[in-house]
Amino acid sequence: MTESKADSKAGSKAGSKTGWPLYEVFVRPRRGLNHVHVGSLHAADDRMALLAARDLYTRRNEGVSLWVVRSDAITASTPDERDPFFEPSGDKVYRHPTFYDIPEDVPHI
Amino acid sequence: MVTAEVAEAVPDRTAEERFEAVVAAEQRIEPRDWMPDAYRATLIRQIAQHAHSEIIGMQPEGNWLTRAPSLRRKAILLAKAQDEAGHGLYLYAAAETLGVDRAELTEKLISGRQKYSSIFNYPTLTFADVGVIGWLVDGAAICNQVPLCRCSYGPYARAMVRICKEESFHQRQGYELLMTLMRGTEAQRRMVQDAVDRWWWPSLMMFGPSDAESPNTARSMAWRIKRHTNDELRQRFVDMTVPQAQHLGVTLPDPELRWNEERGGWDFGEPDWSELTRVIHGQGPCNTQRVERRRAAHEDGAWVREAAVAYAAKRAAEQPHTEEENGK
Repeated sequence: MTESKADSKAGSKAGSKTGWPLYEVFVRPRRGLNHVHVGSLHAADDRMALLAARDLYTRRNEGVSLWVVRSDAITASTPDERDPFFEPSGDKVYRHPTFYDIPEDVPHI
Repeated sequence: MVTAEVAEAVPDRTAEERFEAVVAAEQRIEPRDWMPDAYRATLIRQIAQHAHSEIIGMQPEGNWLTRAPSLRRKAILLAKAQDEAGHGLYLYAAAETLGVDRAELTEKLISGRQKYSSIFNYPTLTFADVGVIGWLVDGAAICNQVPLCRCSYGPYARAMVRICKEESFHQRQGYELLMTLMRGTEAQRRMVQDAVDRWWWPSLMMFGPSDAESPNTARSMAWRIKRHTNDELRQRFVDMTVPQAQHLGVTLPDPELRWNEERGGWDFGEPDWSELTRVIHGQGPCNTQRVERRRAAHEDGAWVREAAVAYAAKRAAEQPHTEEENGK
């Protein structure tokens, strides 16, 4: 979630000034894949956001499904927290398969 | 993933050192990262200028929407104008991640405090201009934009990836339009040559002043916002375009244009930089008209924006449950 509400400083401010809040747009490119964040847009309400997202982000069959979510509804980790926040996974090398020495002649492992 | 983001992982760095390291490691700066004020200001100016260019860029071709010679050409032109609106919106969204407000940028455009590409201050006199804009103007834009896909600022780079994918259609439809005209009557061929004569030099100016006159280039390149100098990109454009002109059967209006065997590139004449300066400072043929039309569209559209807000507020009032869930 790289451009969540906290990313876009303008998010709430722009919303109050133009009356159109900021939305984040997610597209599922095709069946079997996750929705992926593709960008943002301003819209007066959810339905308008969905229609605008279709016109803006899927003009060439880029997707089979769209999500729009108000940017101020996203809770994000902040860069200041970055190091301590992700620290718990930093020293757990045993979570990775390469941590374990297995003789080369053992098959299928 | 074991591969921690190397540049970020070193502890006890100052914010500035971390920024420099991320840029040097060819990683991307993201919106909430610390960045130098001048980096932010440079990006805001550049992205806004770029966004404004896309929006104003709809006008010269929009001139021909109702007069395109066939339904096919009209549908193509309409799709291209829609793409340009889309490109403007991607870019405004990228600029907003730097802490500016789209409404504020629009205000700066229509009050003349921010610029757009000077190429759009030239008129589109014939339908051949539509083809030449696609071929030369969008071709030059592609040369400028492809390296921006690797810009150090993530949101800008991602917007450019999307834009570049779509620009290719713009250039090809223009070239195809011109090929069609060149297969037509003598008058149609003259029309193409006339359009090429008028657009060639302004297209070369799209890359900006020569390197000697471009004081900010070095800093933008150090920050990896820019990847090549103006003159490098201009040369690349000329080298790409000359064989296309030959294939089309048109003459590029530059008597100094000749192949340089030694360096494997085309030598070409110096654009009239005083013309670029004049057009940038508002003396181009269409500056006033372009900005006034943008202002009129913005002001005449105010009631639509207000109505959409009123409608959304009314709907929200009818559904208090939903409103609560949205945490308004």
